Amino acid sequence: MSKQASRSCDPRKVNGELFTLTYGALVAQLLRDYEDDEEVNKQLEKMGYNIGVRLIEDFLARTNTGRCNDFRETADIISKMAFKMYLGITPVVSNWSAAGDEFSLLIENNPLIDFVELPDGHNALNYSSLLCGVLRGALEMVQMEVDVKFVQDQLKGDSVTELRLKFVKRLEDAVPVGED
Amino acid sequence: MTIYNLYIFDRNGTCLHYGEWNRKKQSGMSKDEEFKLMYGMLFSVKSFVSRISPTDIKDGFLNFKTNKYKLHLYETASGLKIVINTDLGVGSITDVLHDIYKNIYVEYVVRNPVCDLSQPIESEIFKTKLDEYIRALSIFATRVS
Repeated sequence: MSKQASRSCDPRKVNGELFTLTYGALVAQLLRDYEDDEEVNKQLEKMGYNIGVRLIEDFLARTNTGRCNDFRETADIISKMAFKMYLGITPVVSNWSAAGDEFSLLIENNPLIDFVELPDGHNALNYSSLLCGVLRGALEMVQMEVDVKFVQDQLKGDSVTELRLKFVKRLEDAVPVGED
Repeated sequence: MTIYNLYIFDRNGTCLHYGEWNRKKQSGMSKDEEFKLMYGMLFSVKSFVSRISPTDIKDGFLNFKTNKYKLHLYETASGLKIVINTDLGVGSITDVLHDIYKNIYVEYVVRNPVCDLSQPIESEIFKTKLDEYIRALSIFATRVS
């Protein structure tokens, strides 16, 4: 079956351009509402977080993955399964810190920025900030507190988009009331 | 074979949903207390199982039997727990529990932006779909007594 045909069979798959353009409209509206790049980054991150905490359930249900034993396994699953499934790309995992608690996701063809050119005066804007929030929210739900930030951005002239993930701590399972 | 009841707990121990089909005897305490007792028991057995296990365990605690019923547990990496009590004739129902998670919980709760994920589920469509699903299972078939 051709890719096109299988796509039209699955009602969950939408045209990637529709998503890209919708996201663009969202960012444009936020820029109008807040008129401050930092604040827009923050709002996008927050929206991403709220998406991430729900998206993780969808991801786990569809892939049937269990808990990861270490951060390297987490990195692999994020790039090879999650990014593949939701954005159709496989970012490169690299730049591991010596302690193994930090790595970078190098995204070469970020679908979110397909039609985007940053106008002058928006140097502080991390256009794809939503991704940071999604990653943080999703990982928090699987007991990992992670710090995600932009290091490089293709929109600002870098050759790739680089997201840096830093493992902060493992969140503990909730203890039922009356026990410790 | 038959299914007695079902509990869904979130990662914090809140009982998100309780469903009951062929349960003949009640626990004699308020539902809230029963939920707490159930969650506390799951928590303890889980930690017991992982401590006592002589080898590294992957899935951990999946079910236990008494001479009257069998309790099945399914836990996702995000900490959602689905518990079903059945009679003793039922084998492994991991697939069923995964199906409930994938096709009912994710579909009608997670994808429904009005549903708060940390509060008991109020969505009628979720309840209806779950009830239909359970009743249609081959292991639900019960001799009317």
